[in-house]
Order: sequence, then structure tokens, then C-alpha cells
Amino acid sequence: MNILKEIKTSAVVTLILLAICCGLYPVVVWGAGQLLFPQKANGSLVLDDAGKPIASTLLGQAFTADKYFSPRPSAAGTGYDSTSSAGSNYGATSQALHDAVQQRVADYRKANGLSDSQPVPADAVEASGSGLDPHISLKNAALQLPRVAKARNLSEDDLKKLVDLYTDGRDFGILGEPGVNVVKLNLALDGKYK
Amino acid sequence: MSTKAHSLFDPAIVMPALADSFKKLNPVVMIKNPVMFVTMVGAIVTTAEIFISKEPKAFTIQISIWLWFTVLFANFAEAMAEGRGKAQANALRQSRSKTVARRLGSNGSLHEVEAETLRQGDVIVVDAGEIIASDGDVIEGAATVDESAITGESAPVIREAGGDRSSVTGGTRVLSDQIKVRISADPGHSFLDRMIGLVEGAKRQKTPNEIALTILLAALTVIFLIVCVTLLPYGIYSQVAFSITVLVALLVCLIPTTIGGLLSAIGIAGIDRLVQKNVLAMSGRAVEAAGDVDVLLLDKTGTITLGNRQAVEFFPAPGVPMKDLLDAAQLSSLADETPEGRSIVVLAKDKGVRVQQLHDLPEATFIAFTAQTRMSGVDLGSVQYRKGAAQSVKAYVGGTFPKEVDFRIDEISKAGGTPLVVAARDGAHQDSAPTVYGVIYLKDIVKGGLADRFERFRAMGIRTVMITGDNQLTAAAIAKEAGVDDFLAEAKPEDKLALIRKEQQGGRLVAMTGDGTNDAPALAQADVGVAMNTGTQAAKEAGNMVDLDSNPTKLIEIVEIGKQLLMTRGALTTFSIANDVAKYFAIIPAMLMVTFPAVAPLNVMHLVSPNSAILSAVIFNALVIIFLIPLALRGVQFRPMPAMALLQRNLLIYGVGGVIAPFFGIKIIDLVITSLHFI
Amino acid sequence: MNAALGWIQLALFLGLVLLITKPLGLYLVQVLDSRGRTWLDPLLGPIERLTYRLCGVDPHREQSWKGYTVSMLIFSLFTMLVTYTLLRLQGMLPLNPQGFSSVADHLAFNTAASFTTNTNWQSYSGESTMSYLSQMVALASQNFFSAAVGIAIAAALVRGIARHSAQTIGNFWTDLVRTIYYLLLPICVVFAVFLISQGMIQNFKGYDAAALTEKETVQVPKTDASGAQVKDAKGNTVMVSQVVDTQTIPEGPMASQVAIKMLGTNGGGFTNANAAHPFENPTPFSNLIQLLSIFAIPSALTYYLGRMVKSSGHGWSVWAAMAILFVGAFLVCWHYEAAGNPILTQLGVDPADGNMEGKEVRFGVFNSALFATVTTDASCGAVNSMHDSFTPLGGLIPLFNIELGEVVFGGVGAGLYGMLVFVIVAVFIAGLMVGRTPEYLGKKIQSFEVKMSMLVLLVLAMDILGFTAWASVSDWGKAGLNNNGPHGFSEMLYAYSSVTGNNGSAFAGLTASTYWYDTTLAIGMLIGRFLMIIPIMAIAGSLAAKKLVPAGPGSFPVSGGTFTFLLIGTVLLVGALNFLPALTLGPVVEHFLMWSGKLF
Repeated sequence: MNILKEIKTSAVVTLILLAICCGLYPVVVWGAGQLLFPQKANGSLVLDDAGKPIASTLLGQAFTADKYFSPRPSAAGTGYDSTSSAGSNYGATSQALHDAVQQRVADYRKANGLSDSQPVPADAVEASGSGLDPHISLKNAALQLPRVAKARNLSEDDLKKLVDLYTDGRDFGILGEPGVNVVKLNLALDGKYK
Repeated sequence: MSTKAHSLFDPAIVMPALADSFKKLNPVVMIKNPVMFVTMVGAIVTTAEIFISKEPKAFTIQISIWLWFTVLFANFAEAMAEGRGKAQANALRQSRSKTVARRLGSNGSLHEVEAETLRQGDVIVVDAGEIIASDGDVIEGAATVDESAITGESAPVIREAGGDRSSVTGGTRVLSDQIKVRISADPGHSFLDRMIGLVEGAKRQKTPNEIALTILLAALTVIFLIVCVTLLPYGIYSQVAFSITVLVALLVCLIPTTIGGLLSAIGIAGIDRLVQKNVLAMSGRAVEAAGDVDVLLLDKTGTITLGNRQAVEFFPAPGVPMKDLLDAAQLSSLADETPEGRSIVVLAKDKGVRVQQLHDLPEATFIAFTAQTRMSGVDLGSVQYRKGAAQSVKAYVGGTFPKEVDFRIDEISKAGGTPLVVAARDGAHQDSAPTVYGVIYLKDIVKGGLADRFERFRAMGIRTVMITGDNQLTAAAIAKEAGVDDFLAEAKPEDKLALIRKEQQGGRLVAMTGDGTNDAPALAQADVGVAMNTGTQAAKEAGNMVDLDSNPTKLIEIVEIGKQLLMTRGALTTFSIANDVAKYFAIIPAMLMVTFPAVAPLNVMHLVSPNSAILSAVIFNALVIIFLIPLALRGVQFRPMPAMALLQRNLLIYGVGGVIAPFFGIKIIDLVITSLHFI
Repeated sequence: MNAALGWIQLALFLGLVLLITKPLGLYLVQVLDSRGRTWLDPLLGPIERLTYRLCGVDPHREQSWKGYTVSMLIFSLFTMLVTYTLLRLQGMLPLNPQGFSSVADHLAFNTAASFTTNTNWQSYSGESTMSYLSQMVALASQNFFSAAVGIAIAAALVRGIARHSAQTIGNFWTDLVRTIYYLLLPICVVFAVFLISQGMIQNFKGYDAAALTEKETVQVPKTDASGAQVKDAKGNTVMVSQVVDTQTIPEGPMASQVAIKMLGTNGGGFTNANAAHPFENPTPFSNLIQLLSIFAIPSALTYYLGRMVKSSGHGWSVWAAMAILFVGAFLVCWHYEAAGNPILTQLGVDPADGNMEGKEVRFGVFNSALFATVTTDASCGAVNSMHDSFTPLGGLIPLFNIELGEVVFGGVGAGLYGMLVFVIVAVFIAGLMVGRTPEYLGKKIQSFEVKMSMLVLLVLAMDILGFTAWASVSDWGKAGLNNNGPHGFSEMLYAYSSVTGNNGSAFAGLTASTYWYDTTLAIGMLIGRFLMIIPIMAIAGSLAAKKLVPAGPGSFPVSGGTFTFLLIGTVLLVGALNFLPALTLGPVVEHFLMWSGKLF
């Protein structure tokens, strides 16, 4: 066993493997991605008329006004900061979590005109894992729908159709949970997304 | 040596064992058993805690007492196992009371010397009534020897120079005649000495498997030590004040004290069980190896068949009435004192012939078997009755030999039997040729129950191979009847050795028995070589076990004892580890209940109070050792069955049982100690 | 939430794992044989041979266990240095459109150790720390290397078991190169393109700035000229309003890295939120395939084991033990996450939704619990939900899985060799009960194997419990906590369990990017990886040299239900009991306190 020889072998192997695994491989994948799925490979961006990005359909944004469907609470930076994706990481017995949820429940009920006994959907008051969750639950959307319809002077039925349009169902009808993509929906409401 | 098994709790053994339990507290002794050493340190710490800690004294004192008990119980188990050996050693020692030997000087003179001064190679003379001073080989003469001191068998045995019956053992008594013995062992190394050492456990070394198990247990102990020590800082963070006493209690309950306390007792008891079967193992390693044996080499004669053949049928020659054959057969065998001869007389009698008595035939001349004629018989008046092997009788008869008889001879040989031909010649007529009367069918008698036993061995994956000097045909027939898996016919000693080597190269462990000097290489090669006590000194030296009863069938029991030893270890280890679950459920909630009353639902056994829960677990942990001493000493029940079935059975009893049992045990103890207001 | 759909998804997932086990296992037999044949030979054969020629390696010259181990250690050390150097020089290197500065020494050490040991613990946030070059070269390289090393070690151990009277257990360089070329790369290419099809990014452009439709006013800490936070007289941070009008959308070569991060059970996220990030796990379908890719190789390795030792039954028994432990743990996790947090229910949150804190809507409770179980059964450590915010007993499961030693399928290679340690212990203890010296597939298990196996378990326990003990009474330990009370203890316990098990997931509230945490965690990872591998290689060498005892009815049965039961029992009794007191002080106590409404 020759240690020096082993080190030399390590060095050469590393170089070759770096070239293949970290050079060739990502470039091949990049090429395939740009060729086959350019929109997705570049961030699923939504562009304005000038061609400037205004959103990614995959990343949630903070919407607060009544005319928008509210996304989930976000712990990413100051909220929906996509350079620092994160959850709150509060444990179940956290006082901070308790206080935050208490506040959000009250706010949610008030904003949507719900009674004090009305259970609030968990996703509406509990922060997502990434802080960038673009979805809200169907139940959450349904509870917000009258508020948005009123703010926009839309009939609830028409709005419901739009909500359904931007609902991502279970994949193959089985996988995951359905959710309403709030980014798409809100931009569509403003006519910025088709 | 006494062969009676001591009852488990014989006071003669229990009393000294109690004393020994305390003597073994010496740390130098304790450290050899890491599990119990840690327990003892725990006991010392809690004893100190009685004076230091602010906890209720009654609790700390009781914990400390039970921890000491745990250590003492383990020591007691070991002392019990040793005590049983010692009782047997003492019996042996009595036969070693000072003996005086007469040593033959180089000039032929005799000197009386102390037995202890005899060295290997010395020659002594022993007369009737004297005790043989040390082990050796008879080099001159023959004598009857009483070996009951060693074997417990009262019938005297013959020991003679040359051959396979030349070895004598120190401490046995010559009953008749005078023999010269060349001493084969230096003082302290005689067979008797080794036996005493062995049964006392004085020179006991840990066997390979025991070492591996000790490592496992030591590692578990260290792991649980880490678990308990780190609980202190965790407690500081969680603002739970874990008392040292409680942490020690948890530690002792978690480390495998059950198997740790009983491990050495199991090993000693295993050897002890062999001794009770009158088998001496030269090392614990051999006992372990016996459990691993894959192939049993069994000598046909003595092991598979009764030593002698028996007459089972008469086949008259054509034209000869049965009655004449029977008469001739029994007459020719009347004086034949061999078992075969006697069996012919008995069979003839059964067939309705009036048996003559020797004293009724004063005129008879008996012809003994000689190497030249290879026949035996009787001359009655002018008539010569002869019986013998087919070839010999053919030569005797000369010319004509009935074809039917030849056919019959072949048939019997094929069936594994031995044909004896009976012929007679009327000497009154000078030239009359002998007449062939017929054939006697002598058969090897296979011992009862063997086929069944071999079948069970097969189920356990052990192959049995019969070794015989017989020809292929005979061997095949007997092998079939006995139910062995394979046989080696026309075997010479070197064939045996070659077979062992071949099996070992295939990765199999081989066990065999042997007695002759020419068996010695094979005995040495075999993984388990059991020498017969009647055998030569060379054979005994070569093997790693000696059967004092010289019963080759015992090999089977040796294997069973070896397996039982390993099974007992495995069962108690499993049980010990499985016990931890319940102990956690007793102790952990108790440790937290004061700070976090909300964890009450974890107290699944509904133990009365935190302290009673901890104390109950500690008491259970100590008592279980005592309860399991009988199991450790007797061994778990052995049932020959395939490994899969054995595993399922033992997993269920000791694994699943080990998880469940302590829940009940701890609960009961908790009820008892709280109702008695111990806590 | 729909429980029936949950059961269907569980059956679908386990069914798919089962389905790929045999074909991939058969493929592994070829990959891990220096003369093996695969359908990729025409394409990769020349590259493989060229690689050997350039390195001066004779692919068929086998090594002793010591030679193999030394090669592996030198290679790992060398590549760890490469990673460390690249991170330290990041600021000066290209492919850094965001202009991130070089990585601090303790963080670079922690990260290099982390990726070399297949842990992929991340004390940093990817999208705000690492340049594309660092991601693609410094980190992704180790995703390949550490995975291949794990598989190589497992192969060497399996060879040790399968061979007899042998002195060698394979060639490390051959195993490394073949694993990367024939196994990891081809699957990754396909997998990565699939991920892009689901919405994952793969580009080299700089971060995009999206003009927000609704500007947002947020409160941020006021900073002085030097960047330090300004405190008021009471020591509270002074907050100022700030208008946010753009969203910076992170970009980069993500798909190529995520493919190998999952397949190689590395788990180091491209982004901080890891597989919870919508880019990094865009759809439930990508989620399913990512889950599958975690279990694929570990599961196939059980078949490889059975095939190599000529007892498929044994391979499947080990598989079954893993599958049962997986399903059992998952059901507990699912149950408690679905039950939700009673404290929040009290506040008016709909209990029917379960616990959604830290979870994504598209995955829901079921897929979050499933991912948490899978990622910790294996030593992956990628997360699609925040374990820190699980209910106490839901969060106990990932912790418990890691503390078992990640032997439930486990890390690529590491899971199998870890499980084989338990197999040896199980065979040793229970093997005695059949009345023979314990034998594992015809090899006698003697004191050396027991010593090495127990050493592995001892190192595991000491590394986890010892460091946690240290942290729990240190100021630096408590300073990093995001939660108080029992949950804070769980955060520390989880951290050291995760690094020891080379998992990399976290109760991520813990702020670990401090000097003390980075350093102790890195040491924990190195111990957990290499002090485990060395005894295991020693076992491989010792078993290879042993004679084979032919199997018969008396041999210890290592296939079938009884053995599976025995193996599960051993993993639980020998592996888990050590951690029960610590788990009780953390999640279990927290569970009961949660139900009594206690807050910290």
C-alpha cells in the first residue's frame, strides 16, 4: 500500500469525476431542460407586457388587500422573501406559535366575516414549510371567496369558476392534496395572467 | 466419583456457596465480569448516597440493599455451580489420599516412594490390593482393576500389557495379580488431577463463544452507562433533578445483569452436566464444539450394534431335517461361551430342542476355536460336530458342498448377517466325508431406539456416519437398519482420519469416539474426540473428552449437552435484553412524574408511586437472577428439532416472554412492597 | 384530507419500491462487478477504461479490507479538502452571479464534512450563501462521491459475507467509478429532466427580480452603517418600515443537483427550504418520484445482498424487516400529524386539517409525514415539511428513525451495512438459541465480529448522547435554540442524531451556524461516518477470510418470517432502547405537556 500513490489516484479520479459529474452532467441536463421545458427550466416566470418578470407561478407572493385571495402566512424572511425560504420552525408547544396563530385566527375571521365559533382552515393560519407556498386549500379559498367577490364586484359564481380554473388537483387524481394557486389566481383577477 | 446428581439446592452445596458469594465481592475477582462489576460499583455508590442524598433514607437504603443482593445473587449462582463441581471433586480427592508406590530401579530393585515423587517414565510394580499411584500403561502382566473410584462402575475391569486395554488410572485399585506400570503423567498432571481441576472450575478458561458474549454484554453495559450518565446534563436542561440513586437504579436495571450474573454459572454447569454423565471434558471449548458438530462418526460395534452377533435363524441343507440341524448346532455350541455360541443354544432351545447339559455328556470332547481350523465343535463318541465360517467349513468338508447352502450363505451376507455353517462327520467310518447340516444366521443386533435418535439428529442437521471393518454389503445392510446417513465400510484407522479431514475441509465439525492406540490420530484430528476410558493412554491423551463408562453411544448425549449449553446462554441473553422494555416503563415515568405530572399515562403498570416503581424494578432485576439459577444450572430444555423450529420456540419463550414477564413481575412486587409499607 | 387516498398512496409508493427492487438489484450485481455487463457498456465502457488508464488503476486487482479502507479514507479526505477549498475561495471563483462572498471557515468546515459524509446538514441557506459553482462543483460532486462511497462499502461488506477463505473484498476505485458511471449518472440524467418537466429550474442565469403586483410594507431591524442592528435603551431591536416592491426569484442549476441529492440520499437542499420549496419539489408527482428515488438504491441493495449470498430469501427477509419498520413508523407519524395540535385547535383552527404548520398545501399532512419518515429511514435528510413544527410524537418518528441508525432502507449503502450490523448482533444473540455457535450464512460469528458490531453501536450512542449532553448544558448550545422547554431539547438531540446518522435533516429552528455548533456537528458527522465504516470494513475482511460451514437444517435460518421478526426485535431492542430516556425527555414529555396546554 503506497499512500502517495493513493493520493495521486485520488487526485486524478477526482478531477475526472468533477469534469463529468459537475461539468458535463449539469450542462447536459441544462441543454435538455432548455430544449424541452424552457419555461419551467427558467423559473416558470410570469412576464408583463414589457417582458419583465412579475412573478413565478410556483412561488407565493404576499397579497394583503381584500380584492386578493390571501396566501398562507409565510416565515420566509419578512414574508414571501424568496431569497430566504423557510418555515417558522416553531414547535407545538411554542408560545410564539400560539400567539401568532391566535392573532391570525382573529384577523382571518374578521376579514372574512366569520363567526367566533367558525373553525378556521389550518393552512390559513399556519405558516408553510417553504414560506413560498403558492397554494391555499380549497376550503380556505371558499371562505375568502365572498370577500374577494364583494371587493371586486364579481358574482360569487363567476369567481368560483376562476378559482376552479386555478385549482391544481391531485396528480392523477390520487397524489397529494388539491390547492388553489393564489399567485395565478390573483394575477388572473388583475388580468396579468392568462 | 459419585454419579448421583446433586439435587439443585442441596444444603451441602448451598451453605458454602452462600459464604463464597461474599468472598467473590473482591474487586479483583469482580472485574472479570464487567456487568456485575458495574453493578457492584452502583451498589457502593448508592450505599454512599444513603448518607449524602436528601432523598428518603428508607428508599435509598432499600435500593442499595437490593443492588448488593443483585451482586450477591450473581455470585451465589456462580458459587452454586462451582459448589456442585467441588462436591464431585471432593469425592475424587478421597481416592488420592496418600499412596505409596514401589518404583522399579534401573538395577531391578524396588523402592517405596511417595506417589507425588513419581515422574513420567518411572516404572512401578503394583500388587493385588494396592492402589495404582498414578496414570500409566501396563507394560507387563494382566490384572483385574477396580475403577469404581473414577467411573462409579463396581464391576472390575481387566487391564493387561499390550493392546487397547493397557492404560490404568491413578487412584484405582488392583484386585488380582501383579502388573508393572510405566507412569505417563508427572505429579499434578494425572488424569485424576485434571478431573479435579476441571470439576472444581479452578482452571476454567472462558470459551471462545463465552468471550464473544462477554464482549457483547460489556459493550451493552458501556452503552447504558453513557445513557444514564448523559441523563444528568439532560436533567439539568430540563430542570429535572435526577438523583444519583435513581440513575444508578436505572443503570443496573438496563445493563444485562441477568445473563451477566449467570454466564459463568451456565458454563460451569455445562461441564458439570457432562461429568454427571460420566464424561470428562478436557476443556470447555470441547463442550462448545460438541454443540456445533455436523458429523458424528460412530463405530458400528458397540455404538450402533450390541457388541456381539446373535443367532436368529437356522436354514437346514437340502435333505437334512430341521431337528438334526438344531441338534448339531446346539451340540457344537454347547461349550462355546462366546455370546454368539450362547445365542445359538438359546435359539435352538426356543425352536424346541431339548438342550443337553454339559455334565450329561461326560464322554464329549470339546474342540475349541483355533486360528488354524477356524472352527469349533464337539466330538461326541465317534461323531464330530463342527461349526464355523463358510470358507473353513468348506475346506473341512472338502469336495461336495450343496449349492442351496452356498446360495443361503450369500443371501445372509447380503442382508448384513454372518453365516455359520454346521457340519458333522461320523468318525466310525474311516473315509466318510462330513455332511453339511445347514446354516446358522448370525445377525448384528442394532441397538433399540437408534434409528429414532438418528432421525432427530438429521432434523437438527447432524449427519451420522457408521464406521465398520465389515464389507460393503454387510455395512450397507446394517447402516440401513440403524438409520445412519452414511457408512464407511472396510475402514482402516487411516481411512477414519482421512474421512475426518475431508469433512473438516468442507467446513464441518466432526465428533467421534475411539479407544485404540490406532484411533489416536483420528481422535486428535476430530473436533470432538471422545476416548473410552477402557482405551489406551494414547487415545485418552489424543481426545478432548473421556467417557468413563466407555459407552460410545454417549457421543449423542455429549452433543446434546453442548447444544443445551449454547441454547441456555442464548435464551438468557435474549431474556435479559427483552426485560429492559418493562423496566423502562417502570422507571422512566417514575423519574419524570414529579416534574411533569402530565406523563402519568406512561405509567402503564399503574405502579403506586415513583419510588415504589423504581424499587420494584430493582427488586425484580435482583430476584430474576435467583429464579433463573435452576434454569442456568439445569440448562434450557433440549428438544431435537430443526433450527427454525427451535428458534421460533425459544424466541417466543425467551424473547416475547422476556418482554412480557417483567410487566407482571414488577407489578406484583410493587403491590407487595406497597401493601407491606416498605415504601 | 382523505384517509382512503392516503392508504392508496402508501400502497402505491410501497408497491413501486417493491417493483424496482429486483430489476435494480440485478443491475447492481452487474455494476458492482468489475467484469459486469450492462446495456450502457458501449457508451460508457470506453470512458470507464480511459478513467482507469489515467488513474493508473487496474480495475481487476482486488484489495484487502485494509487497502480498500485506506483508499476510501484518502479519497474522502482529499475530496473534502477540495470542497473546503472551493467554498473558502467562492468569492474569487466564477459562476457567482449574485456575488456571494467566500464561506466562513467554520461553516466551510462544517459544510465540507457534511457533504463528504453524505450528511448534507446545512448550517447555511443555499439561495443566499452558495454560488452556482459551489452548488454544482463543491457540493454536488460530494453528492456523487459520498453516495458512491456508501454503495462501495456496502458492496465490499456483501462480498465479505458472500466469499469464503478470501483475502480481498474488491477494488475501491473500480466500485467508485462504476457506481458513478453506470448507476448514478444515467439515472440522474433521466430523473433531472423529469424534475424539470414538473417545474424545477435548471439554468445558469442570475436571480430574476419580479416586480410585485402589490407592494408590501414590512418591519425590519434598523441597521447602522456597519450593518449591525441598532438596539434601543431597553436592548430591544429598533424596527423600521421598509417597502418591498420586488421579489427576487432564485435561479440556478437545480435539477441536476436535486436528482443526485435524492438518488444518493444526500439530502442537501439547493435552497434553504429544501424539498418544501416549490422549485425544489414542484408537484405531488415530483414528490412521489423523489420519495421513490430515496428508497430505490437502498431497497435494491437488499436484493443485491440476497443475490450475492445466493439466498434471495435472506435479501427479502431484510427487505421485509425494513418495510415493516417503515410502515409502522410512518403510521404513527401520520396519525399524530393528522390529529393536529390541540393547542391550536383550542384557538379555533379546524382540527380536521391536522397540523399544517411547516407543511405545504400541495403535499398535505399525508405526503409530509411520508416524506419525513422516508427521508429519515434513509439517511437522506431532504425535507418537504419542517420537522421542527411537527407534533411532538409526529416529530419523534424522524428522530427515532435516525437513532435506529437509519437502517430502514437507509442511506445508499449505509443503510445496508448498518442493517447488517444488526443482522450480526441478531444472529449472535439468537443464533445461540438454536444450540450452535452462531453462524451467519455459514460464517461463524465470533468475538471479533461481535466486538466490531458493538463498536459501531457504541459510537452511535456516544456520538449522539454525548454531544447532546454537552450542548444541553452549554451556553452556546442553548443560544441556538428556536424553541424552549422539551422542544428545545429535541432540537439539540435531533441535530446530533442527524449528524451522527449522516442524515442532515434538522429541527431547523436550531441556529447552527455558530462556531461551536458548526464544529461539534462536523466532528459528529465525521465520527458517525468513518468510525462506523472502519469497523464494518474490518467485519467484511474477517468474514471474507472465514471458512464456510455448509448450510443444513441445523443452520441458523436467516430467511423467512421468523428472521424478519427477530431482526425487527433486535433493531428495536438493541438499537432504540438506548435513546428512549432522551426521547422521553424531549418529544414524549412535550406530547403530554401539549395535551395539558402548556406553552414555552
